[in-house]
Amino acid sequence: MDSLNLLMDGFAQALTVQNLFYAVVGVFLGTAVGVLPGIGPAMTLALLLPITYSVGPDSALIMFAGIYYGGMYGGSTTSILLNTPGESSSVVTAIEGNKMAKKGRAAQALATAAIGSFVAGTIGTLLLVLFAPSVAGQVVKLGNPSNFALILLALFAVTAVLGTSRLRGFIALFLGLAIGLVGGQTGQARLTFGNPLLADGIDIVVVAVAIFAIGEALWVAAHLRRRPLDIIPVGQPWMSREDWGRSWKPWLRGTAFGFPFGALPAGGAEIPTFLSYVTERKLAKHPEEFGKGAIEGVAGPEAANNASAAGTLVPLLAIGLPTTATAAIMLLAIQSYGIETGPQLFDTEPDLVWALLASLFIGNTLLLLLNLPLAPLWAKLLQIPRPYLYAGILFFASLGAYSVSFQPFDLALLLVIGLLGLAMRRFGLPVLPLIIGVILGPKLEEQLTTSLQISSGDVSTLWSEPVAVIVYAFIALALVAILASGLRKPKPEAPVEEKEEVSA
Amino acid sequence: MSTVEKHETPGRTRLVDKAQYGLAAFLAVVGAYVVYDATTLSDGFADQPVQPYAFPYVVGTVLVVLAALLAIATARGDVPAAEEGEDVDLTQPSDWATVAKLVVVFLANILLVDWLGWAITGAMLFVGTAYVLGSRTLIRDVAVGVALSVGTWYGFYSGLGLAIPAGILDGIL
Repeated sequence: MDSLNLLMDGFAQALTVQNLFYAVVGVFLGTAVGVLPGIGPAMTLALLLPITYSVGPDSALIMFAGIYYGGMYGGSTTSILLNTPGESSSVVTAIEGNKMAKKGRAAQALATAAIGSFVAGTIGTLLLVLFAPSVAGQVVKLGNPSNFALILLALFAVTAVLGTSRLRGFIALFLGLAIGLVGGQTGQARLTFGNPLLADGIDIVVVAVAIFAIGEALWVAAHLRRRPLDIIPVGQPWMSREDWGRSWKPWLRGTAFGFPFGALPAGGAEIPTFLSYVTERKLAKHPEEFGKGAIEGVAGPEAANNASAAGTLVPLLAIGLPTTATAAIMLLAIQSYGIETGPQLFDTEPDLVWALLASLFIGNTLLLLLNLPLAPLWAKLLQIPRPYLYAGILFFASLGAYSVSFQPFDLALLLVIGLLGLAMRRFGLPVLPLIIGVILGPKLEEQLTTSLQISSGDVSTLWSEPVAVIVYAFIALALVAILASGLRKPKPEAPVEEKEEVSA
Repeated sequence: MSTVEKHETPGRTRLVDKAQYGLAAFLAVVGAYVVYDATTLSDGFADQPVQPYAFPYVVGTVLVVLAALLAIATARGDVPAAEEGEDVDLTQPSDWATVAKLVVVFLANILLVDWLGWAITGAMLFVGTAYVLGSRTLIRDVAVGVALSVGTWYGFYSGLGLAIPAGILDGIL
């Protein structure tokens, strides 16, 4: 029970008065920003990243753990109280959650989401503590060729497996890879346009804030809803005995769906939340309630969503591979404190990692304690005037990019990449492959270089390790499957009716 | 998914999203420039088995290929699914004028921030964007904007120990 001792040390570190304070601040800010409409968990993290800059790494990570879970929960509050979800992972929660809210059961929907998130988050973090160190222990033994293969797999998985249009996924990925090329990391200035400010590459924080915050704010500005959304008033969240009886099994089943999917390279929360919804509908005693506000349809998917978020931390902490947008920002945060991510993380920074894991438990508990009583306050945030909301997003995004090095040039980059983010939303290009491409592209090149340096240029080293061979076989199989399914039904997507509106 | 086939009757005029050709052209230009930039690089050091131009060649070439594929898909009637969101109303036509005005306000911030300092331009950014987005309570907007920009300036200075350049207010703040 080595892990348990280390975890206890982590708790000891995280439970100091100062760090507890940062955890509370993190949960509070994360929820507050996450509740704001139009701001999903990834944008919440990107916007709040600068706040953590100048506190020490341990306090910053603890605060960030709070922001992480707070942002996740805030997102589902929004999707329950407003009709339209902002994040693909809370689409399913919104189906029944909003119906419940319309029937006057908003309080129960929020309560089952909050408690389900707590249950799933706690179990998920426990599984993370159990698995991540042993996974890292295995991965750390792998050579560079295997790491190269794993990065390739991560890039392939987020691009080809998720999303509806693979062509658009690959376009986003290669745009990201192109952004990742900028700079002088190979000894020669690539794609710098002779500008010395680009010699160190484009700061990934600027890319992330631009794509998530500026791109989104500009996209919304082009389509701002002129009539206000119906916001459902909410009282104090509580659940009756019957609600508890109907919720606890979906919470556990949702957790069981969410964690493994989150931990897979092509994880994400879309598939497990959907599976959880379908399962609950099948198992429910009153399946006729589904579509009219069944509490099981909120409890299960919301638990799946949170468990999958905990699951994505397994590849993130154990291998250094981000598989969701939120995890990608987490990785940036860890790296911005000067910490090298990867399988060696558990060996080189044990104090930090275990403090982070402990603070995930603490953040999750604080979330429950804060959010049940504060729900009516969060609901008020939904009424913030939209001009202020999006002006505020642009303001804080600019501040975040400017604070990286106080160069107006970074603001110009922010605008250019933000316009790219706007175009991506207009043309339906997924954001995730681009971000992952920017982050992992340089690492891919680095692993290839190191592999070939060790083998003194012999290319066969790339398939000299069993893990690498298995990964390549898996990618090849997936490619064949994709091609086969593509050939079987070569139908173009149906023209959607929004067509005329979006072309301008 | 299975309900769409009946729309595909032959002779039905195909919807072509012409703007998507623009995206394809953009990708082709980016890809071509990445390849061009790669040709300007010289051989790496002796211990560099992966030449500095190797990755750019691959990325640039693939971008050009993807541009071609996108152009073909567009011609065959492929339309993007524009992103939805809580405040996004896709039933209305796109309002690109608002976006252009926001970009202008943003540019003003970029050009003026060194001279005037964040405490002033940040407030201008907030007031300007709020106005463009439809806020008409100018006095309140200015009050909120100044509170935000001066507040973040002091917040960064005292809370985080980061001194944001003060511009012309140097010595006053």
